[in-house]
Amino acid sequence: MKNTTTIAWKEIKIYFVSPMAYIIMAVYSALAAYYFVTSVSGVLPEATIRGFIFPSTLIFTLLSPILTMRLLSEEQKLGTLELLMTSPVRDYEIILGKFIASMASLLSILIPTLYLVLILTWFGSPDMGPILSGYIGLILYGMATLSVGIFASSLSGNQIVAAVLAMGVLLILSIIDLASTYLTGTVADMVMHISLTNHLESFARGVIDTHDIVYYFVFTSFMLFLTIRSLESRRWR
Amino acid sequence: MEDPNSTPMIEVTGLTKYYGDFPAIEDINFTVGKGEVLGFLGPNGAGKTTAMRILTGFMPPTHGSVKIAGLDVVDDSLEVRKHIGYLPETVPLYTEMSVEDYLAFMGGIRGMDSKWLKRRIDDVIAICRLEEYQNTLIGKLSKGYRQRTGIAQAILHEPDVLIMDEPTVGIDPIQVVETRNLIKGFGGDQTVILSTHILPEVSMVCSRVIIIHEGQVVAIDRPDNLSERLRATEKLEVDIRGPASAVMPAIRNMEGVLEVNRVDRDGVGIYLIETPHGADLRERISNLVHERGWGLLRLQPIQMSLEEIFLRLTDMEPGTK
Ligand SMILES: Nc1ncnc2c1ncn2[C@@H]1O[C@H](COP(=O)(O)OP(=O)(O)OP(=O)(O)O)[C@@H](O)[C@H]1O
Ligand SMILES: [Mg+2]
Repeated sequence: MKNTTTIAWKEIKIYFVSPMAYIIMAVYSALAAYYFVTSVSGVLPEATIRGFIFPSTLIFTLLSPILTMRLLSEEQKLGTLELLMTSPVRDYEIILGKFIASMASLLSILIPTLYLVLILTWFGSPDMGPILSGYIGLILYGMATLSVGIFASSLSGNQIVAAVLAMGVLLILSIIDLASTYLTGTVADMVMHISLTNHLESFARGVIDTHDIVYYFVFTSFMLFLTIRSLESRRWR
Repeated sequence: MEDPNSTPMIEVTGLTKYYGDFPAIEDINFTVGKGEVLGFLGPNGAGKTTAMRILTGFMPPTHGSVKIAGLDVVDDSLEVRKHIGYLPETVPLYTEMSVEDYLAFMGGIRGMDSKWLKRRIDDVIAICRLEEYQNTLIGKLSKGYRQRTGIAQAILHEPDVLIMDEPTVGIDPIQVVETRNLIKGFGGDQTVILSTHILPEVSMVCSRVIIIHEGQVVAIDRPDNLSERLRATEKLEVDIRGPASAVMPAIRNMEGVLEVNRVDRDGVGIYLIETPHGADLRERISNLVHERGWGLLRLQPIQMSLEEIFLRLTDMEPGTK
């Protein structure tokens, strides 16, 4: 566990020292504010954060790969992976540390949006339930997209390649989701079941379903498992 | 020096590594005693880095085994890694971290407690002469200081076994001397394996040398024995029947002869003639013997493949002979 926190801490320090952290924070805040404002100033304004939850799925598709691209790519490029892999650290501890660090960066982009909630309480009396569940949903959805990003980052020593690969995979996952609206029967059911965004819906409505939580954790664990295998396979090349 | 009765610190048996179909190293065997400084010597592509990567547990061998402190590097990988300090060929540094932060991180993942780590960071910064740069971002360091930071990282946790892939590449001559002295100083407590293709470096630091060529061990010996075998000369053995008092000066006066030694066997003189590399005297010797009316019984160049390999090595490092 100590190894995991050591690695996570190192990544967190590097991330928050870089301007990237604040650029991404600003970009996400701006986009969230935009979608939020358009949703609360419509004909039927509602005191919720639902306005930026769904657009966030597309935003995360683009931002998560940027948050994670350097995590393993850079270790490969700098040759530091050789040092990590010959230190008394287990492969899964490396990956877990990187994952925790990426979660910290995700929280850092969500936290500034809390001022939108503040605005809601200022001007209205929002129902806190859906807001809380909305954030939980966003964190879980973000977690799943980060795990895809980390996996992609393990595959290439080139950060750009890793980022584009992850964006591609996440886009395909969203497109599958759109396609499911044209499908019927069991196929549609299956697609709905594996879709990343579909499981976010109930959170947005204020419903926390353990199925959805389990889904995101299983998805993330599977991706991290693939990442560990990808790391292991480097030893056999 | 090494005690032949003690159990070896490093035991390598039948080590073979294939990259696809390509054998990078083949059937390498050697042992290293505690406190020895062993040098891997070989030209580019010989397989030095490959062997070291297997020794450090970075990748498993295709065949064969490595035991460090009695533990198998594949089966007890995690345990073995605690004993090892490693300086890879491309010095692995986080360019966005300061020297001190980097060392703290490396100590952390090696399980050093904070008190020990703090003391050792001060130690290695002093040893590697990094005082001026301890708070500098690694990305801003010159090549030589990066190399020093790499060395600092490798010795940080006082490992029993130190494996360094070309440790003196890219650092200035003064620091090279210091690094060599440093490595020499490790012998005794620590077992060291280092790779190089600089021949004199080996004789300066190593108690034993392994010469690797195209993935195979060509020689394992003490450096003084090796350099004996390694002078850049060729030798001819010639048996001549004739009066030594006439033959000796005649040969000695031939152009291109560096040295002649003679032993007598049953009235026949066996002459060992040393010539510079590439000078072929066979024809001239046979003409000489013929003119004087002596008898030429045998004329044989002595095969020295080891020297040829070394010549290739020394060719790569002009001026360091
Ligand atoms: N990852 C790899 N995949 C395929 N072949 C490799 C790989 N790494 C090394 N080789 C090959 O294996 C051989 C040995 O390489 P190695 O790096 O061990 O040599 P070396 O002795 O360290 O050379 P140098 O002095 O140049 O560092 C070379 O022919 C090299 O091309
Ligand atoms: Mg090498």
